[in-house]
Amino acid sequence: MKARSIAIAILLVAACVLPFVVSNFRVFQFTMVLVYAIVLLGLNMLTGYNGQISLGHGAFYAIGAYTAAILMDRFGAPYWLTVPVSALVCLVAGFLFGLPALRLEKVYLALATFALGVALPQILKSKGLEHWTGGVQGIVITKPDAPFGIPLSADQWLYFFTLAVTVAMFVLAVNLLRGRIGLAMVAIRDHPLAASAMGIDIAMYKSLTFGVSAMYTGVGGALGAIAVQFVAPDSFTAFLSIAFLVGIVVGGLATIEGALFGALFIQFVPNVADQVSKAAPWAIYGIVLIAFMYLMPGGVSGVIRQAWRRKNV
Amino acid sequence: MEAFLAQVLSGLATGGIYASVALALVMIHQATHLVNFAQGEMAMFSTYIAWSLLNAGMPYWAAFFLTVAISFAGGMLIERLVIRPVEKGSVLSVVVVFIGLLVILNAVAGWIYSYTVKPFPSPFPAEPLFGAYVSSHGVGAIAVTLVVVLLLWAFFRFTPLGLAMRAAAQNPVSARLVGIRVGWMKALGWGLAAAIGAIAGMMVAPVVYLDPNMMAGILLYAFAAALLGGIDSPVGAVVGGFIVGVLENLVGTYLIGNELKLTVALVLIVGVLIVKPSGLFGSTTVERV
Repeated sequence: MKARSIAIAILLVAACVLPFVVSNFRVFQFTMVLVYAIVLLGLNMLTGYNGQISLGHGAFYAIGAYTAAILMDRFGAPYWLTVPVSALVCLVAGFLFGLPALRLEKVYLALATFALGVALPQILKSKGLEHWTGGVQGIVITKPDAPFGIPLSADQWLYFFTLAVTVAMFVLAVNLLRGRIGLAMVAIRDHPLAASAMGIDIAMYKSLTFGVSAMYTGVGGALGAIAVQFVAPDSFTAFLSIAFLVGIVVGGLATIEGALFGALFIQFVPNVADQVSKAAPWAIYGIVLIAFMYLMPGGVSGVIRQAWRRKNV
Repeated sequence: MEAFLAQVLSGLATGGIYASVALALVMIHQATHLVNFAQGEMAMFSTYIAWSLLNAGMPYWAAFFLTVAISFAGGMLIERLVIRPVEKGSVLSVVVVFIGLLVILNAVAGWIYSYTVKPFPSPFPAEPLFGAYVSSHGVGAIAVTLVVVLLLWAFFRFTPLGLAMRAAAQNPVSARLVGIRVGWMKALGWGLAAAIGAIAGMMVAPVVYLDPNMMAGILLYAFAAALLGGIDSPVGAVVGGFIVGVLENLVGTYLIGNELKLTVALVLIVGVLIVKPSGLFGSTTVERV
């Protein structure tokens, strides 16, 4: 337990020092890592802890991003207000999608959510919503400057803002997953029948998990939109949803720290693959992905936990 | 009325394509109880192989059957080399391996053949049939699909190998006890699916043109078709394909416009799964507690 606290403290200090030692572009990249970490944490609740596969979380990410962009662009809302609003919108959206999804098992749920992820960019482009979404062109938003004259660049300030939100979301997740609700979620994943015999309201918990998971993703989406300063339908393709699922599996299913490893994978492995082979970077990405599944079926967290246990035996 | 008829007929033609991809999905599901997300990319890659053979000067039907044979072998190879090691793992790791496969095939195709769109020849005459309502390629594609279904049905119904494959999928343990090599039956299922996918790809390519991303939308409709018909019913997949094709055209023309066509697939998938999860022709599965 003590070792874990030390590790978390070191990680936090490193995260605070980081923006002062790397370039602004790298700061932006690490902001995106934090954004992805929030998303992956949410998806991991749904898929890792509750056993519901989603291949459509890009859709909730897009809803969060668009909520933030529309609030800032059309209503002149301050950037920090967009985060809780996006969270609320996505909570409701996720809960509503979770209701019919209740009846779907494993692969079928993956299919239904996949269809959601594929269809959403088209819905965003549609004429009826163009007034709000800006159609194919999307919406451009400006990055906020640091308030109260704090001597930080816009990138650095947004990084710290995102870091604060990330820490809050992680604390929330830890408490949620370690408590009764988390146990109920895992029980439903492992044995639905036994869980309901224990008095767990499966329908309620499953759709609620869907809602909370979407809420996390929406928070990520809002922060991501502010960091990128732009939203457009084509930034939220089905591939984004797939990348999220890849992230949690690579990071480690049903682990909290796995979200960080997965986020690093999503952000940096495509770049590395690009450096390895200019001709077919995605082929390298695919090979890395399959290799990961062969060598570390428990993800990065699985390997670390195993090493830890071996050391302590 | 005439316009309506034209929409129905062209819907049937695209439906034939969805039907053949859906059929490939059902095949792999029957042999392995998995839904293959890389099916579309496998079909796309096969079509590129056919394109290479045709460019090398081979006559169409020779290239057609050689491609089917190569794809069959390729599908078996993929099962043996890529899928088998993770088969016993969780559903999620299998899904991720499928995604890896999808990405690799797409990237390699783009690398070898570039992302420029290429025309692909049709084996059927260019003149339209039935007074310009429907292209002969559309009719030809439907005919080819129906022939494939008939052959598959006969294979599963009347040959000992087909029986063995069904047994291996239904009850692997008992099948192994009576001497069926279950692992190879799965590989065979993948080979068949890849071969059917190759046929589907060669029928799609003249319509949508050949490029590495040509199957993305089609795969979604094929999923919808397979679910509508019942994921464990080959006949259902074909009927589902035709229904989805016609529905897509009619809804696109008369109700919501072409820009929201993919949403039709989404609504259809979710709708079917909620109202009748086993599909129109599928058998209801009863799980033992």
